[in-house]
Amino acid sequence: MSDTDGEIVISVRGLRNAFGEQVIHDELDLDVHRGEILGVVGGSGTGKSVLMRSIIGLQHPVAGEVHVFGESMIGRDDTEATNVRKRWGVLFQGGALFSTLTVAENVEVPLREYYPELHQQLLDEIASYKIMMSGLPAEAAPKFPSELSGGMKKRAGLARSLALDPELLFLDEPTAGLDPIGAAAFDELTKNLKETLGLTVFLITHDLDTLHAICDRVAVLADRKVIAVGTIPELLALDHPWIQEYFNGPRGRAALGAKR
Amino acid sequence: MNSPADFTEEDDALRFSGALVLARLGNLPQRLETLAKQPRAIDLSGIERIDTVGAWLIHRLARDSDADVTGANEDAKRLIDQVSQLDKPLQMRPDPTPPFIRVLAQMGAATVSAFRMLYGLLGFFGAILISCWDIIRDPKRFRGNAIARQFEVVGVDALGIIGLMSFLIGIVIAQQGAVQLRQFGAEVFTINLIGRITLRELGVLMTAIMVAGRSGSAFAAQLGSMKLAEEVDAMRTIGVSPIEALVIPRVMATVIMMPLLGFYAALVAIIGGGLFCWISLDIPLITFFQRIREVVPITDLWVGLLKAPVFGLIIAMAGCFQGMQVEGNAEEVGLRTTAAVVQGIFLVIVLDAFFAVFFSSIGWV
Ligand SMILES: Nc1ncnc2c1ncn2[C@@H]1O[C@H](COP(=O)(O)OP(=O)(O)OP(=O)(O)O)[C@@H](O)[C@H]1O
Ligand SMILES: [Mg+2]
Repeated sequence: MSDTDGEIVISVRGLRNAFGEQVIHDELDLDVHRGEILGVVGGSGTGKSVLMRSIIGLQHPVAGEVHVFGESMIGRDDTEATNVRKRWGVLFQGGALFSTLTVAENVEVPLREYYPELHQQLLDEIASYKIMMSGLPAEAAPKFPSELSGGMKKRAGLARSLALDPELLFLDEPTAGLDPIGAAAFDELTKNLKETLGLTVFLITHDLDTLHAICDRVAVLADRKVIAVGTIPELLALDHPWIQEYFNGPRGRAALGAKR
Repeated sequence: MNSPADFTEEDDALRFSGALVLARLGNLPQRLETLAKQPRAIDLSGIERIDTVGAWLIHRLARDSDADVTGANEDAKRLIDQVSQLDKPLQMRPDPTPPFIRVLAQMGAATVSAFRMLYGLLGFFGAILISCWDIIRDPKRFRGNAIARQFEVVGVDALGIIGLMSFLIGIVIAQQGAVQLRQFGAEVFTINLIGRITLRELGVLMTAIMVAGRSGSAFAAQLGSMKLAEEVDAMRTIGVSPIEALVIPRVMATVIMMPLLGFYAALVAIIGGGLFCWISLDIPLITFFQRIREVVPITDLWVGLLKAPVFGLIIAMAGCFQGMQVEGNAEEVGLRTTAAVVQGIFLVIVLDAFFAVFFSSIGWV
């Protein structure tokens, strides 16, 4: 597959993942288009994080193909993968900050790694505005991850994932553990980045408000597959029990009401 | 796809072109810093793309030289606007302290932490005793499975490496002893040397060092990672005492396994020495073992066996104590693991010296 159509950034075909006997994904297909925010939802343990890990090449699938920016992510070595890695940012579910570096140094790591020619002063400046951008208080920059609260770790992880001004952003439950004001600000930020930088976002979330506020399309993961992809109205038109329960349950309706 | 970012100077204006994005910057930041004269205007009409880093560079240039930005499209304007709102120099690292003060502070901190550690170790020992007493009063709380598991990890799994090590040590003692004693024509005393030194000292001591390296370090790393992941806190809130669930099984397993391992090590060393004597000194194995029985007093065995559980206690306690001290980050786990091994071995050797004096003074020579 090539990048010529310029449309599909991530393409997953026939993906199968298993841990021993336990099959997580089977015959899973998914496309992510350039410039969209794709929300990924599914019950706990349905394999959303594992799907993300297979797309970014951390989890070796049993079968299937994964292409990012038109390049296969399976069975390639690290040097080949750097060109793709430069173009994406990843926020892990647990933040995954480097515990021996301060928040500011964490943000500088990808910059230093890929652009060693940048001067320290510029690095510091870039780190500063990224930290401010992610909504952290200024005092957080010289702190170590163990000195941060759970929500602050999330934001610091976000600042690091944005360090390279990526074209593609993977976010694993970014708003979990944020206060509602912070979560709304986060939605705003993601949307802003998408509009100004043309960012493509792969967003795993349980946050119905986020789904309504910023996602262009939503992919539903269940029964080891992506059972449906589409805008929320499109999904609501399907009569799959889990989807109905999800969007029309008490919380789903509340979020829907707030939207209207 | 995008041409590299570039700019040209025209009179008072800087005219940018290409993609003003991180990947295409090249040496542009350096060139901007060495401009011949401050620009009055910055023209962005020729750029293809811009990202936040590009926007930051433009913002900084405009701020420092008080220039006007012209020709920016919607996106560029928005980005420059965004980063200019975020313009606030942040501190990157905690404040450094001057070297002299730092050395003083480190010395002070080291002294305090040494005393704290002694105090902490004492408290830890107390906590273990209290937990033991609780278990004795309520034997249902005894975690048989956990202890059996530790028996396997500390004892059974170590048999191979300890056996190999002791076998080689037996051979080395026999060989070195034989070379030296031959000078006096007293080769036959090699057997006394092997028998007494392995049963009394080396069997247990080398085993202790091996156990400290294998299990003491593992205890510290396991408990340390559990503390980092807040598993220990979770246990406490559920009402499970971490001392009872984590520390006691490890300490008991080590205390019980050490004499067995020490005895096994001594036996294997004697076998190694015996084989060496047979092959290179032509002393038949039968004679070798008869001599061993004659020349090694039974007190040597007691000396070894009495020391072993004490060493085990020290090693396991150092490991678990250091593990429970972990706080903060992953580096700490490494430091504490090292400390556990170093402390364990050091304390074992100090105690061994005391034991040597003590046993001689009660006549077990
Ligand atoms: N390293 C692993 N080894 C074995 N099983 C694993 C591993 N990682 C994940 N799993 C299993 O894969 C399944 C999917 O896990 P995953 O982390 O992707 O869930 P998730 O959809 O992200 O859930 P959540 O919304 O709770 O984050 C789970 O059943 C989990 O037990
Ligand atoms: Mg997950």
